[in-house]
Amino acid sequence: MTDARAEILARLRDHRSETGPPPDIPVRAIDWDPAERLARFRQMIEAVRGEVHLIGEDGVGDDWPVQLAALLQQKGAGNLRYGPDGPLAAELTSRWPAAGPALIPHTESIEDCRDVLFGATDAGLTSCRAAIAETGSLVLWPTPEEPRLLSLVPPIHCVLLDAEQIVSTLHELMHREHWSDGLPTNALLISGPSKSADIEQTLAYGVHGPAQLIVLVRTTGSA
Amino acid sequence: MGTAFRTRAERALGRDRARANIRRAMDGLIVKRRKAFPDTAELEALRDQGHAIRDHALANLPALLEQLEQRCTANGIEVHWARDAAEANGIILGILARHGARALLKGKSMVSEEIGLNAELERHGITPIETDLGELIIQLADEHPSHIVAPAVHKDRLEVAALFREHFPDEPYSEDIEGLTALARRIMRERFRGTRAGLSGVNFAVAETGTLCLVENEGNGRMSTTAPDVHIAVTGIEKVIERLEHLAPLLTLLVRSATGQPVTTYVNMISGPRKPDERDGPREVHLVLLDNGRSRIHADPELRATLRCIRCGACMNHCPVYHRIGGHGYGTVYPGPIGAILEPQLQGLALQGELAQASSLCGACAEVCPVRIPIPQLLNRLRHEHAEGSIVPGGNEPGLQRAVWRAWSSMNGSPALYRGVTRSAGLVGGLLAGPLAAVFGPWTTTRDAPRPAPQSLHALAREEGFADD
Repeated sequence: MTDARAEILARLRDHRSETGPPPDIPVRAIDWDPAERLARFRQMIEAVRGEVHLIGEDGVGDDWPVQLAALLQQKGAGNLRYGPDGPLAAELTSRWPAAGPALIPHTESIEDCRDVLFGATDAGLTSCRAAIAETGSLVLWPTPEEPRLLSLVPPIHCVLLDAEQIVSTLHELMHREHWSDGLPTNALLISGPSKSADIEQTLAYGVHGPAQLIVLVRTTGSA
Repeated sequence: MGTAFRTRAERALGRDRARANIRRAMDGLIVKRRKAFPDTAELEALRDQGHAIRDHALANLPALLEQLEQRCTANGIEVHWARDAAEANGIILGILARHGARALLKGKSMVSEEIGLNAELERHGITPIETDLGELIIQLADEHPSHIVAPAVHKDRLEVAALFREHFPDEPYSEDIEGLTALARRIMRERFRGTRAGLSGVNFAVAETGTLCLVENEGNGRMSTTAPDVHIAVTGIEKVIERLEHLAPLLTLLVRSATGQPVTTYVNMISGPRKPDERDGPREVHLVLLDNGRSRIHADPELRATLRCIRCGACMNHCPVYHRIGGHGYGTVYPGPIGAILEPQLQGLALQGELAQASSLCGACAEVCPVRIPIPQLLNRLRHEHAEGSIVPGGNEPGLQRAVWRAWSSMNGSPALYRGVTRSAGLVGGLLAGPLAAVFGPWTTTRDAPRPAPQSLHALAREEGFADD
């Protein structure tokens, strides 16, 4: 038996056509000011049942843990998993109300917490890398501190987003951050809670991923 | 003409309930797509980009596949090559055997349908678990997908409710879509927790970074590729693209063309297995690159356009033939206009050449194709080759067909002959109906045989004073 790889490549090479440089696709970016980027992001993600909450009245302030605790209590969530070595941990734990849902540090590898993550976790909190106004998407690059399944398995996914992190398009973000130089093991765009239209083309939310997505937006006051 | 396709199409036409379900869904998808592309100029510019990106990838396919392999390997992804379905199944079964897997979580993958993976797994005592809601419905019904994006589009909620009651008798009965979806979530969650091997397809494989890009809405794709110990991705060799930034226009084209959404809920970019300091993700990621006839298609400069396809399904959503017979009428893994050009090429004209007839050549497919595949042109090419070939399974003798068309062509090539034939046909008129019916045979069982008018259009026009030229 000859080598499958060699045979396939040889067959393809037999008929190679002219090759040139890859097509030059101009970077698609849209000239929206910060307020408009936030408004578009919000409109798009709310259209697919993502919840957007400005921190405080105008997005300014540092009481987001208090606000998040209240939201989770309203939803009947008994606990929240977070990455204790992640970027949000210090603020979260120092300002978390004593009467809020139980905070569970997510420190184990999946092999050691599979049952409790799937069976007994109500909500997960992560930071995000950016957001995209055009499509209402959150951009996550999961890390050892905030691993992949923290944003997928718990029925409620909570995200803290700084308004300055919102860019106009995915293309602009990839280009600006030089994603082609290297990606993490997993990079994600998340645009709303999990949904399906496989039965009669009718949208139903909360299929296999989180049924609810809460985005807390923090602004500097200028937006 | 009781040929295989015609028999299947006839049977499909008799399934009124499925036809109504399909029609309703397709009408909805057409409107959603149109609303997703409000700016025609922008859409056409995007289609040009999609066309150029995919053409470039195919022109450089061997080099890009090598680059993809090299980058994936550097990222820790193990790359496998399969010439055909048997080799691909063998590779997958080998990986599963090494892990002692008894079950496999499956994200939606048309290539896994193409290689008949589920049957092969079952033969080896491994349970395939379809995790996409539509695919689960199809698996429970013991059917095949009737649409490449919406596999259970031919079933309505009552049929799904009956299936769920039959297979999950202990779960509460529900007829509403929220209830049925919630039931699927409960059933599947335990399987996501407990199953240690997962398989997915790939929407785009990026050579530059060694990244596998998957789009989905339910989260089952993320579950199947993230929660297990081992993730196997299986894809056709044509899915590679050169640059990461090429994803931007292609994702827009794919998702808007398929469902009219601005973006899917999840865009999942996988560039490697779990690193030593990471806490979850599969410990092994495998990529199976499948040829299965694609290199043969690649060799033909015209037919190669078939491989540009990004599997959005817009061609079938807009096809009058698909609207009426649905995916099952085609009897192949890939239905609709893309199936009608792809399947005869993958399986050969002898087996599936007849599918090139499954079109009215109305051109709607080419008008909506996000990568501008000239489907009607390719259908014509395949029809021509099929008619020229010696094997026409169950159809008319090619000799007779050729004789009929030669006579037709010489009649229309000579004004005198044309006038003579039309005039004499007009004179004997209705008398011809009987003999014509005999000549046209089964064609007239659902249609009226042609009835020549007493006077030809030419004669009428001359009477009205029009000159012949």
